[in-house]
Amino acid sequence: MSTFPAIRFNVNGEDREVRVAPMKRLLDVLREDLGLTGSKEGCGEGECGSCSVRMNGELVNSCLVPVLQAEGASVQTVEGLAAAGKMHPLQEAFLQCGGAQCGICTPGMLMAATQLLSVNAHPTMTEIREGLAGNLCRCTGFTRIFESVIAATAENREERIEEPAHAR
Amino acid sequence: MLCLNPHAIEAGQTMNTSEKTRIVGAPVLRKEGVQKLLGQALYVDDISREGMIHGATVRSTIPRGLIRSIHYDERIDWDAFTVVTAADIPGKNHIQLIFADQPCLADGVVNHCDEAIVLLAHADKHKLREAMAAVRIEYEALPAVFTIEESERREQIVWGTDNLLKSFLLEKGDVDTVWANAAHVVEGEYRTGAQEHLYIENNGMIAEWSEAEGVTVWGSLQCPYYVHKSLLAVFDLPENKVRVIQTETGGAFGGKEDFPSTLAAHAALLAMKSGKPVKMVYDRMEDLAATTKRHPSRIRHRTALDKNGKLLAMDIDLATDGGAYSTLSSTVLSRATLHSPGPYVCPNVRIRSHAWATNTVPYGAFRGFGAPQGIFAIECHMDEIAVALNMDPVELRRRNFLHDGDTTATEQVMREPVILDQLLERALKESDFYAKREHYARENASSAVKRGMGLAAFYHGAGFTGSGERYLNSIAGLDVTPQGKVRVLVANTEFGQGTNTILSQIAAEAIGIGYEDVEMAPADTRVVPNSGPTVASRTSMVVGKLIERAGLQLVARLREESGLEERYSASEFFAACARYGAAHGEVVSLCRYEAPPNIYWDDKTYRGEAYPAYAWSIHVAQVAVDTNTYSVQVEDFWAVQEVGRILNPILAGGQIEGGIAQAIGYALYEKVILQDGHMVNNQMTNYIMPTAEDVPPIHIFFEEIPFQHGGFGAKGIGELPHDGPAPAILNAIRDATGVGYHAIPLMPEDIFAHFIAHEINVETVSA
Amino acid sequence: MRGNPDAHELIAPGNLDSVLELLAKEPSEWTPIAGGTEIMVAHAAGRLGAKKLVSLWGIDELRFIKEKEASITIGAGATFRDLRAHPGIGVKLPLLAMAASWIGCIANQSRATLGGNLVNGSPAADSSPALLVYDAEIELASVRGRRRIPYSAFHTGYKRNAMLPDELLFAVHLPLRFAEQRHYLRKVGTRRAMAISKVALAATAWLEDGLVREVRLGAASLAPFPMRLVETEVALLGRALNAESIQLACAALQKEAKPIDDIRSTGAYRKRVAINLLTEFLTALATEGQGR
Repeated sequence: MSTFPAIRFNVNGEDREVRVAPMKRLLDVLREDLGLTGSKEGCGEGECGSCSVRMNGELVNSCLVPVLQAEGASVQTVEGLAAAGKMHPLQEAFLQCGGAQCGICTPGMLMAATQLLSVNAHPTMTEIREGLAGNLCRCTGFTRIFESVIAATAENREERIEEPAHAR
Repeated sequence: MLCLNPHAIEAGQTMNTSEKTRIVGAPVLRKEGVQKLLGQALYVDDISREGMIHGATVRSTIPRGLIRSIHYDERIDWDAFTVVTAADIPGKNHIQLIFADQPCLADGVVNHCDEAIVLLAHADKHKLREAMAAVRIEYEALPAVFTIEESERREQIVWGTDNLLKSFLLEKGDVDTVWANAAHVVEGEYRTGAQEHLYIENNGMIAEWSEAEGVTVWGSLQCPYYVHKSLLAVFDLPENKVRVIQTETGGAFGGKEDFPSTLAAHAALLAMKSGKPVKMVYDRMEDLAATTKRHPSRIRHRTALDKNGKLLAMDIDLATDGGAYSTLSSTVLSRATLHSPGPYVCPNVRIRSHAWATNTVPYGAFRGFGAPQGIFAIECHMDEIAVALNMDPVELRRRNFLHDGDTTATEQVMREPVILDQLLERALKESDFYAKREHYARENASSAVKRGMGLAAFYHGAGFTGSGERYLNSIAGLDVTPQGKVRVLVANTEFGQGTNTILSQIAAEAIGIGYEDVEMAPADTRVVPNSGPTVASRTSMVVGKLIERAGLQLVARLREESGLEERYSASEFFAACARYGAAHGEVVSLCRYEAPPNIYWDDKTYRGEAYPAYAWSIHVAQVAVDTNTYSVQVEDFWAVQEVGRILNPILAGGQIEGGIAQAIGYALYEKVILQDGHMVNNQMTNYIMPTAEDVPPIHIFFEEIPFQHGGFGAKGIGELPHDGPAPAILNAIRDATGVGYHAIPLMPEDIFAHFIAHEINVETVSA
Repeated sequence: MRGNPDAHELIAPGNLDSVLELLAKEPSEWTPIAGGTEIMVAHAAGRLGAKKLVSLWGIDELRFIKEKEASITIGAGATFRDLRAHPGIGVKLPLLAMAASWIGCIANQSRATLGGNLVNGSPAADSSPALLVYDAEIELASVRGRRRIPYSAFHTGYKRNAMLPDELLFAVHLPLRFAEQRHYLRKVGTRRAMAISKVALAATAWLEDGLVREVRLGAASLAPFPMRLVETEVALLGRALNAESIQLACAALQKEAKPIDDIRSTGAYRKRVAINLLTEFLTALATEGQGR
């Protein structure tokens, strides 16, 4: 409805403007108003992470963000990972390592992994597990997702990431 | 690329599946992987049709009763809504599965909470919710039945004449002659709870109806032709007036085998009545409450052994809870029955199985399909026996394993190699089983956290039971497009497990072209033949074989008729196809299912070749039981399996790992809490699956013995890994604590309750 | 999505004074929303009763962490990620840093705020046990000025608190004198991440000459709101730690704790686990011997 004031934010490097109810969820705005269906709704409760996006450099569950609170923000979705026709190293790693099966958790998982590597370029296995703990995957058992994240950092590291015994 | 076609294959001859291959067996990339990773794959909720409106369902709030009236409150302008009830159904008000007892919409009576009664549609989703709240249904409640025991008592008859959805009696030898003289007789009762699939994509459908086209549905589903068949009955339409198209599906695990037929019918009824496309996508709360789950079970074992621990007799009483309608309960019961004796030789076996009706949401297909229940019981029972006999549970199993030439409980002779001993040795070695077990036994005395090792041995029958595949009579194959691509024509669907990839690999290998020269035809009943459902771990074995044969058949025809040489490049292949196409109008190669020889199966006596092939596996779990919090952590996990030829190591590994994680949830985390048959923990915050911080490292090892009747030697793999973790974990808990628990999900509260009931000293010693 | 966005008003005045004026002008009419990790769940479930919401997100006056010599003050708008990232909290208020790391997951920690966690008032609130044992003080703001109350007096009943209709939770003050004391915090949930607490126990303690000079015990899910286990503390004060005194403390906890059965767990389990956690803490304390 155009009676709503404009809410402006940047998505994947592009300035966007919507006029929707301020309590409309950012997830629904991305999917319905901006045509970015990459982010998914799995639970609507902030439990599964399939709606995860990055907002101002932080990982958020977009199903829990009223769009008004995205005013002025810089938002990155899965659609913003690949650039100039080339997949992001994480996407390439997931492809090579089998990190995606049915693919529904994948966009959110990629955002969580992107966030993780943006704050920690060489995460330990414990840190990888923590970084992805808010993204549920029912298909992979997480094993090959961990491998994908490790592979994406592999060229930057010498040592193998060991699973610490009994340390978790 | 120059194709290396090393075989001089004659028409109809099967490829030697132990030959070296280029594409099959290689870790080629997932066919639809790039789309998924870019976030461009289109799942049903990503799709809109012009003029589309939304549908919603008004459901029963009582578990059993008569519908006295349906009142539509005047505060809503009902003319703006499409309203559908059972009266609007043009054909039959039932969802055709095995029996036709489940209505599409409740008509005068409800038999479970959350049963669909009224359908509504409107362009505005929020107005829909207001309207849902404005439908008031008056019931006359009837007494309801909620457990196997209540159903067995038959004080209330809630299904048929006796509450019994299905029963089996399987007998081998004569168990009753054995008890008196057996050195040991051990009994045990084992229970498994319901389990929710928790695919991350909820159920969803879009439907359109027109006079000209009939019914078209797009949706998240496993079996286009199951949905097709159901819609024919509901709409009383001929086959060419119903079209079912699978959209990219975000996980299924059996939860989208039968339920989509109901949802498709609902969406299509609203589309028919409104004249508009209708989308119905469940939210998580509705999906959890209203759709199918894994059958709960109660399995009782009575086992006789000689003084050396050799099995003499097994008497098994197996009961499942089927919920309010039969759906797939008979086939789940069948598989549970056939997997309940375990991978052991036993001369005398009796299994009495019953599937009972209760007033709960009907239970349905879920990865394993009765085998996880049956295997849980026997594998926990084996450790129970080991304790009773003061034997090592590993040795007990070794002494009783099936080997080549042995017969199973159905008198099936193991004609294919059975390498359980080899798998066991590998599992013990990789997990360092004995050394760890001994180490923890010493360490536990002075630790609040008790550790232990446990194991499970099992098989999983691949494909449909007995004559199932003959009955399915699947047809599948290939065609070649004018654009120069080979298309795989199957109704089998991708939902993460790798159908698109492995069937493309098989086609490319059989023909001798590149993986990139092959694509999948859309899973659209207008385009592809009925190659059977994507269930029962049959895709790589049965459908893969059809594709393999179709590829060889195509090459043979091209050689006969279109001048294709003995050795050829991909471009020469496609040139020959063009010539063939010019002559015949199209280039299609289809094959029909051919049963392997020596498949004899008697449905009445449950004797014969229960399955054409078996996958074999050993699982080892290492657990830590915290005696302060009564919580169990699976710290490490090993799985060794033989599943025939590995078509794609990445996909195969992914199936094992995912199945193990899901079954860890089944054992320790996932509990369906029902109140009056309604799931009250129907949110992800309260139905708990393991996160990335909860799953252990999972170590997997494959042994390969190609199965000549499977696609390039493959047997089934998808369900196998869900069979082992629960008993392996409970056996590890027994090793850690000395207590053998017999029921899952095993929650900390249950372990605590046991401690209290047995006045176990709960004081702990700090580490 | 069962909520209707059109049925709710959400405004973002962008500064503290405007929010306080709004709350004063229309007391009990406006519900503040910070990171939304509770309110938006209710919205999606169709259970958001609040029709008028005022956003606190992005108000810098609320999102701060100030470290002074004797205390740290945390603005109500500070997220749990902010808490985890602050080095002073990690060193001097380690139980709070631990609690922050156990909230939900990374995405929740980016948005969930300390103020929101307290005002939501769940008996299972993750930050509460630590705040209780650190003797936290709550600062409330309104157009009438500021006032402080001990955190232990903040919750007055199940999801009820001591705030007046025109007040906003402004900040939490934490004295740093517990930094040298013995610490303990353990949360028991349904899984290792994304878990609502079944029971949690926090403790700080100071022993001198083998006797318990100070002890604070804070628990989640043993009562309708997070609370100090004062009876259990009394049973320990002035005593030497040995098997007998630990037993007496457990007996006091047995009487004092009144956990319930709910969808997540049972009262009996919660009580027993709380006793086990207390025993674990006191045993370690006794073993480690003297000292702060």
